[in-house]
Amino acid sequence: MNAIIAEGLVKTFGSGEKAVRAVDGVDLVVPEGTVLGLLGPNGAGKTTTVRMLTSLLPLDGGRAEVAGHDVATDPQAVRASIGLSGQYAAVDENLTGRENLWMFGRLYQLSSRQAKKRAEELLEQFALTDAADRPSKTYSGGMRRRLDLAGSLIVHPKVLFLDEPTTGLDPASRLDLWDVIRERVSGGATIMLTTQYLEEADALADRIVVIDQGRIIAEGTADELKAKVGGERIEVVVHDPEALSRAVDVLQRGSDGQCVVDEHTRRLTVPTATGSKGLIQVIRDLDEQNIEIDDIALRRPTLDDVFLELTGHHPEEEKAAEDEQAVAAEGGAK
Amino acid sequence: MTTTETVQPPAAVKTSGINQVLQDTMIIAWRNIRGGMRVPDTQIYMFIQPIMFVVLFAYVFGGAIPVDGVNYREYLMAGIFAQTMAFAVAPASVGLADDMHKGLIDRFRSLPMARSGVIAGRVVSDLCSQFIVLVIMMVCGLIVGWRVNNGVLPFLGGVGLMLLFAFAMLWVGAFIGLSVGNPQVAASAGLIWLFPVVFLSNAFVPPSTMPTIVQNMAEWNPISAIVAAARDLFGNESIIVSDAWPMQHPVPAALIWCALIIVIFAPLAVRKYKAAASK
Ligand SMILES: Nc1ncnc2c1ncn2[C@@H]1O[C@H](COP(=O)(O)OP(=O)(O)O)[C@@H](O)[C@H]1O
Ligand SMILES: [Mg+2]
Repeated sequence: MNAIIAEGLVKTFGSGEKAVRAVDGVDLVVPEGTVLGLLGPNGAGKTTTVRMLTSLLPLDGGRAEVAGHDVATDPQAVRASIGLSGQYAAVDENLTGRENLWMFGRLYQLSSRQAKKRAEELLEQFALTDAADRPSKTYSGGMRRRLDLAGSLIVHPKVLFLDEPTTGLDPASRLDLWDVIRERVSGGATIMLTTQYLEEADALADRIVVIDQGRIIAEGTADELKAKVGGERIEVVVHDPEALSRAVDVLQRGSDGQCVVDEHTRRLTVPTATGSKGLIQVIRDLDEQNIEIDDIALRRPTLDDVFLELTGHHPEEEKAAEDEQAVAAEGGAK
Repeated sequence: MTTTETVQPPAAVKTSGINQVLQDTMIIAWRNIRGGMRVPDTQIYMFIQPIMFVVLFAYVFGGAIPVDGVNYREYLMAGIFAQTMAFAVAPASVGLADDMHKGLIDRFRSLPMARSGVIAGRVVSDLCSQFIVLVIMMVCGLIVGWRVNNGVLPFLGGVGLMLLFAFAMLWVGAFIGLSVGNPQVAASAGLIWLFPVVFLSNAFVPPSTMPTIVQNMAEWNPISAIVAAARDLFGNESIIVSDAWPMQHPVPAALIWCALIIVIFAPLAVRKYKAAASK
């Protein structure tokens, strides 16, 4: 069974000259119990896709089925089977954590008693019990995110949509959230997760769909995508230009790939299949040969590399703008 | 973070129809009131502002503007009540704009709740707070010398009229809040036009003292009809020296105005809600 089926999704904002085709013919299939990572830079159409699949936006084209219900014709049944945690934590900041969860439970049509019980469980599970009776406006960004996520898990939804769940979080909170998401997966939920980080999709998703400008530009497992952009690389900056050719020999010895030499910056890059082990070996060999180095690193392919490879442009500047936006939105929400 | 799996909660129950609408409305109203009471702005709006208005107007203007043979303080009260009921625009517009701004409306729309719950809940909670505001003002009024001279039923009619007017203005506020979608803008957009409208009425000064053109505008101002009707129902002196129909028949005129405002602005607000929500 497939928990999410989307065929030819289209969404256009505005009209005439200024029309933006935010989503332009996206097909998705997510089997039950799996995690799909929707990966793309800011403005790729991730949020728009999620909002269509969660019945918040009418489709301009195509069709979609979530948990067996058609999004267009039976939105209320879709809403009863999903949990949504949007891009910006949407909790009532004047209510306490406990009150927020009770309210969401009631709006999922639980009885007051059931809603209370469920709120208790979720507070416990998300380590929010101590803060449960404080208005959520006093929460840190990570706590607010956790509360928001808890709110989307009230009824153990069959299908969970998480729109950039960790954007703007510190690394520790990010790892915490990953744990929670993994736990949902082991509980049998189907998850669609959007992210701008390849690392995050890699850590959580069974399959990754890369979108850019409303279109799917690649899909596959994290490994397949990484293979496309060439896997891990060792980068060395040699101190003495004279030693360059000897260093190339050392690097070439431990790799099947071609060593790329930039004489000007004295930078050598070589693909490696053995990761950090390979790196250690290279350091040893260089030391043995008395080759002095300024810098050495193991580089994993990033979203940047995937994008550069697939589209020929960097998502970098856009990502910076997005981060600024996220900060502004957080600030505005205070 | 604990990783123990907890008791399986029940899957969402699908209830539908009028029961669900009522229940969801009350839950949203609860959260508006519960959360609102934690905000200093709301506390000031509900408990300080009404007392301040009554006392200020009564003691500052009450003695200063002499109107022959009339207890001016008594004349003023209905005007202050109506003005404050008109201010219902503010909490409604700011509240809904805030929900939109913070993504809560999207959140609510992704839940299996009644679609009308968000606006209806806002209206219910704001009507409750307007009622409390009205009671506070009336008690203050009684303390500073306002009197009801007309028996219980007309008095209750007057209270009902005030709340009906607040209800109508809530829809205006909902429309404005959903149109601007930003709480700061909503706060000023909700009120800025209201002051001239209130002052261009019989709320504080008899229109007969105004230049002819302004006087005509004042006589046909909905606020004037509401205020004149309230004065009639409370048995306060209303100094009407005008042939304009609304001034001769203030109660029907007030009801017609309220109905008109509701008929125009409720559908507009609902339409804005749907449009804003599908962006
Ligand atoms: N409500 C809207 N009105 C107009 N344009 C929009 C709206 N929402 C999104 N867009 C545009 O659609 C494109 C995709 O946006 P979005 O789905 O938010 O991307 P992402 O979530 O991947 O960053 C962007 O160009 C964005 O500006
Ligand atoms: Mg987005």
